[in-house]
Amino acid sequence: MQDFGSAFGLAFELIVGFDTDLLAIVGLSLRVTFAALLISCLIGLPIGAALAVSSFPGRGALVVTFNTMMGLPPVVVGLLAYMMLSNAGPLGVLKLLYTPGAMVIAQTILVTPIVVALSRQMIEDLNKEYAEQFRSLVVPFPTAMAALLWDARFALATVALAGFGRAIAEVGAVMIVGGNINHVTRVMTTAIALETSKGDLALALALGIILLIIAMAVNAAVQGINAKARRNAYA
Amino acid sequence: MHDAAALREVLPRAVPRRAISNVGHHTLSVRNLSFAIDGHKILKNISFDLPGDELTVLMGPNGAGKSVLLRLLHGLIAPSNGTILWNGEPIDRSIRKIQAMVFQKPVLLRRSVLSNLRFVMGLRGLAKSRSELQPILKRLHLEALADRPARLLSGGEQQRLALARALALKPKILFLDEPCANLDPASVQLIEDTIKQEKVQGTKIILVTHDILQARRLAEQLVFLHRGEVAEITPADIFFDAPTSKEARAYLDGRILI
Ligand SMILES: Nc1ncnc2c1ncn2[C@@H]1O[C@H](COP(=O)(O)OP(=O)(O)O)[C@@H](O)[C@H]1O
Ligand SMILES: [Mg+2]
Repeated sequence: MQDFGSAFGLAFELIVGFDTDLLAIVGLSLRVTFAALLISCLIGLPIGAALAVSSFPGRGALVVTFNTMMGLPPVVVGLLAYMMLSNAGPLGVLKLLYTPGAMVIAQTILVTPIVVALSRQMIEDLNKEYAEQFRSLVVPFPTAMAALLWDARFALATVALAGFGRAIAEVGAVMIVGGNINHVTRVMTTAIALETSKGDLALALALGIILLIIAMAVNAAVQGINAKARRNAYA
Repeated sequence: MHDAAALREVLPRAVPRRAISNVGHHTLSVRNLSFAIDGHKILKNISFDLPGDELTVLMGPNGAGKSVLLRLLHGLIAPSNGTILWNGEPIDRSIRKIQAMVFQKPVLLRRSVLSNLRFVMGLRGLAKSRSELQPILKRLHLEALADRPARLLSGGEQQRLALARALALKPKILFLDEPCANLDPASVQLIEDTIKQEKVQGTKIILVTHDILQARRLAEQLVFLHRGEVAEITPADIFFDAPTSKEARAYLDGRILI
């Protein structure tokens, strides 16, 4: 077991020296999470927008369901994804278990409800404002949806960042379906868990620092977007 | 002071009826119209007819139901009871398309002034290049504001943009819900001049205003609404000289109506 002081020193050396193992892990993390986020937005934004402007029996229950799913425990999502992807599961034929694809699927399940629930809220608020004017102007439904999505773009960008923050930092789901296989499915969070338990604090710390920097960058981006939106009264 | 009745004999109307093509094309007929929310009766069994060629001013105290009535006439909300017929037809999307409404509180898109105009032009497949929209901006003195975010405009500028946007659609029927509330005199003048030009071009205009002087300047016909009921409908010159209802008389005298 290294002492904390030397662990910090080694961590900084790994970061500033662009250690190849470290870069590979960070790169895979970013690729998996960006892919999951993209799919989540492609699925979640239309669902959120449709929920925002429609009224049908059961809509309230659906909204509550998505709001609840925002807080799904990652290990439960991992377990569900594992059962779907394992050989006996419905998606077993895809042979995705313990591949980055499996991690993308797990994170997509985790992030999509966030995108749906938050975008539904934002678009519903905007629609309350626009609805009567749109009715007066006789705006066709697809045009109205496009206008709502476009005019809510700053708010929706912060929604995407919230989803990104949750996905990049979670460990339970990617651990279960990815397996933390070195050079294949090892991402930042699983590496931190493993290296810490092995007592190799330097790599764990280096990854932890990078994760913190990413979290800070995400928050700075959210603030920047909000400031720009306020300045131009787009929010 | 001139005698309104005497004047009428010499000068029948500021705008002669025959100057307008398809006279009476947009006549409105309202029968037994009621509107209630949560058991609260806002409009009570209203019936009236409006000709298609007069500038109608809708007056009445706060909460009388003027805005609700405009929204019903525009088909934004459905009546609890009764019928609204435009030229004999119930309101639908195609009729709403030849109408435009400027809301009491303007609703502008979170975009630039120009983009707000572009949006509505796009809806009707009308020209929308910057140079083609320039005259519309100019008409309401908005050309210097073209690229500003619409929601950062002052109240008066927002009202002018809302009117410009409504006029860009070239409506046959125009609803204006207190378009000059809280505006400076120059903006009021500009908006009133614009309303008069539209009127001359044959647009049927229904204007809600609290400003008695403005109503005198613009109205050809007055509908006075009080507590969800039509207290009277009279030609403007009669209304301001000798209103027939005690509610309108009290209102014009500045007495408080409850
Ligand atoms: N959506 C609504 N829900 C409940 N009450 C409403 C609604 N819209 C209007 N009202 C009520 O109806 C009455 C008439 O409103 P309105 O037509 O806006 O008055 P005004 O003549 O001042 O324009 C008011 O008492 C108002 O509070
Ligand atoms: Mg009103």
